[in-house]
Amino acid sequence: MASAISIQELHKTYANGHQALRGVDLEVQEQDFFALLGPNGAGKSTLIGIISTLVRQTSGNVSVFGKSVATHPYEAKLDFGIVPQEVNFSPFEKVADVVMTQAGYYGLHRSVARERTERYLRQLGLWDKRDNRSRMLSGGMKRRLMIARALVHEPRLLILDEPTAGVDIDLRRSMWDFLQEINKGGTTIVLTTHYLEEAESLCRNIAIFDDGRITECTSMKSLLNKLELQTFIFDTQYEIDMHVFRGSDIGHARILDTHSFEIDLKPGEDLSQIFTHLSRINILVKNVRSKTNRLEQFFLSRAKIS
Amino acid sequence: MSSRQKYVAFETILAKEVRRFTRIWVQTLVPPAITIGLYFLIFGNLIGARIGDMGGHSYIEFIVPGLIMMAVIQNSYANVVSSFFSQKFQRSIEELLVSPIPNYVILCGFVAGGVVRGLAVGAIVLLVSFTFTDFYIHDLTITVLIIFLTAVIFSLAGFINALFANSFDDISIVPTFVLTPLIYLGGVFYSVDLLPDAGRLVSSLNPIFYMVNAFRFGILGTSDANIYWSIVMLFTFSALLSTSCIMLLRRGTGLRH
Repeated sequence: MASAISIQELHKTYANGHQALRGVDLEVQEQDFFALLGPNGAGKSTLIGIISTLVRQTSGNVSVFGKSVATHPYEAKLDFGIVPQEVNFSPFEKVADVVMTQAGYYGLHRSVARERTERYLRQLGLWDKRDNRSRMLSGGMKRRLMIARALVHEPRLLILDEPTAGVDIDLRRSMWDFLQEINKGGTTIVLTTHYLEEAESLCRNIAIFDDGRITECTSMKSLLNKLELQTFIFDTQYEIDMHVFRGSDIGHARILDTHSFEIDLKPGEDLSQIFTHLSRINILVKNVRSKTNRLEQFFLSRAKIS
Repeated sequence: MSSRQKYVAFETILAKEVRRFTRIWVQTLVPPAITIGLYFLIFGNLIGARIGDMGGHSYIEFIVPGLIMMAVIQNSYANVVSSFFSQKFQRSIEELLVSPIPNYVILCGFVAGGVVRGLAVGAIVLLVSFTFTDFYIHDLTITVLIIFLTAVIFSLAGFINALFANSFDDISIVPTFVLTPLIYLGGVFYSVDLLPDAGRLVSSLNPIFYMVNAFRFGILGTSDANIYWSIVMLFTFSALLSTSCIMLLRRGTGLRH
C-alpha cells in the first residue's frame, strides 16, 4: 500500500531558536488510522503545521501521497483536510456558509458543494443549525463543524489535531463512530489527542513524540504488549476480606474495600485463569474493569523512566 | 487546480468579502455617505459660496471628484486591511492557506472585495453629491479607469498593511498618519495654483495628488497634473504593489511561521 504521509529527516527551528522538530522520520500508510501522541510541546502540532504548509520546515522532506508539500504544495493540498486544534472559522458566518465557502476554496461547483454540505452537516448532526451564526454553536458543535469543513472536498487524508478536546463523552463516542466510518470508507486518518483511550480505541498505528523526536513508532498492539503488567479491578457480589486470598493462587490480590479488590496481570497471564482461581475460593464477580487505560499506563511508565 | 476551479475559488473569496461588508453596512456604507454629505454641506454650500470659483468651476463642483476619490481610497484600503487582518486574528485565514488556492487568486479575491466596496461607496458619494450640485461627466473612460486603478492600488496597499500587522493598532497607523495627510494635501479641497512654489513641489511628490487630479479631469475636464503621466503612474503603482504582495505571500510574511 502507498504512503499517505512520508517524512524524512524533518527539522524545524523557529525564529526564536526553539527546536520543535529534531530529525523526524515517519511513514503513514494509506487507509491507516494513525495516532500522534506526546506531551504538550513535543512537536505534534508543528508537524501538522508543516504538512498543512502553515509552518515552514527548516530542512527535510514531507510528502502527501507522493507530492512534496514544499515543492508541489497546491497538488498536495488537494489530497488532505485539516481539523485544527483551535476553532478557526469566522464566528460571524452561518454554519452552512462555513462549509460552502471551504468547498469554494477547493473549486467545487456550487451544486456539488451544496449537496456535500448538506450530507456532512446531516452526518455530523448540524443540519438543523445550518442557518445559525457559527459563534452560537456549542464547543462540541464547533468541533464537528470543523470536521464537516475538512471533509467537504472529500480528501484522501484527514488530519485531526485533538478533535475531541472539551467534547463530552457521548459526543466523543459518536465522533469516534463517525471517524471509524470515514476510515472504513478508505480515508486515511491521522489523529493527535490527549485522550489516550481515544488513540487506543481508534488507531492501528502510533508514533510517540518527545522533545521534537519520535521515540516510538509501531502498531498499537505491539506497543501495548510492551506493558509489563496490567491491573484489573474486580467488584464482588458479596463482602470479602483479606483472608480469602491467603494460601490461594491469587495471594497477590489487594483488597480495595469490602466489595472490590485488584490484581496485577503479568504478560502471558490470562484473565480466565484468575476467574478459575476466584471460583475455587467461591468469590462471585459482579464486574471487572481495567484500572487504568493501558496506553496511559505506558505513558506514565515512560515518564517515570525519563 | 484547473482555471475553472481557480475562478470558483476567486468568486468564493469575493462573495465572502462582499457578504462581510454588506452584513455590517451601517459601519461600512452609511458613515462615508454622512461624512461626505457634511463636507458638501459645510465646505461646498456654506463656505464654498464665499470662496467663489476654483479651477474654472464653482467650489462645490471642484471638490466633488476629490471627495469621491477620498471615499474610494479610504474604503478600499479599510476593507482589505480590516478583513484580512481580522481573518489573521481569528485564524480563519488558515482555511484559505491550507486550501490549494494559488497566491495570486487569494490576492485577486481580496483586492476585488476592496475594489467593490470602494466603488460602492464612491457611487453612494456620487449620488449624495447630486443632491448638492449638478455636473456632467467630461470623460467616462478616464473617470472609470482612474477610479478603478485607485481602488486597486489602495486595496493592494491595505493587503500589505494587513500582512505586516500584528495588532489592531497596526492597521490604524497607516490610515491615520499616512493616508489622511496625503489625501488632504493631495488637492481634494484646493488647486495647487494657490500654493507657493515649495508647496507645489511637495504636492508633486504626493501620488494621491495625481489620482485626484486625473479623476477631476475625468469628471470636470480640468486638472493640475498631466493626465497621461498620472495614468502611467497608476499602472506602475499597481504593478509594483501587486508584485510586492505576491512576493510577500510566497515568503509567507505574517502568515506562515
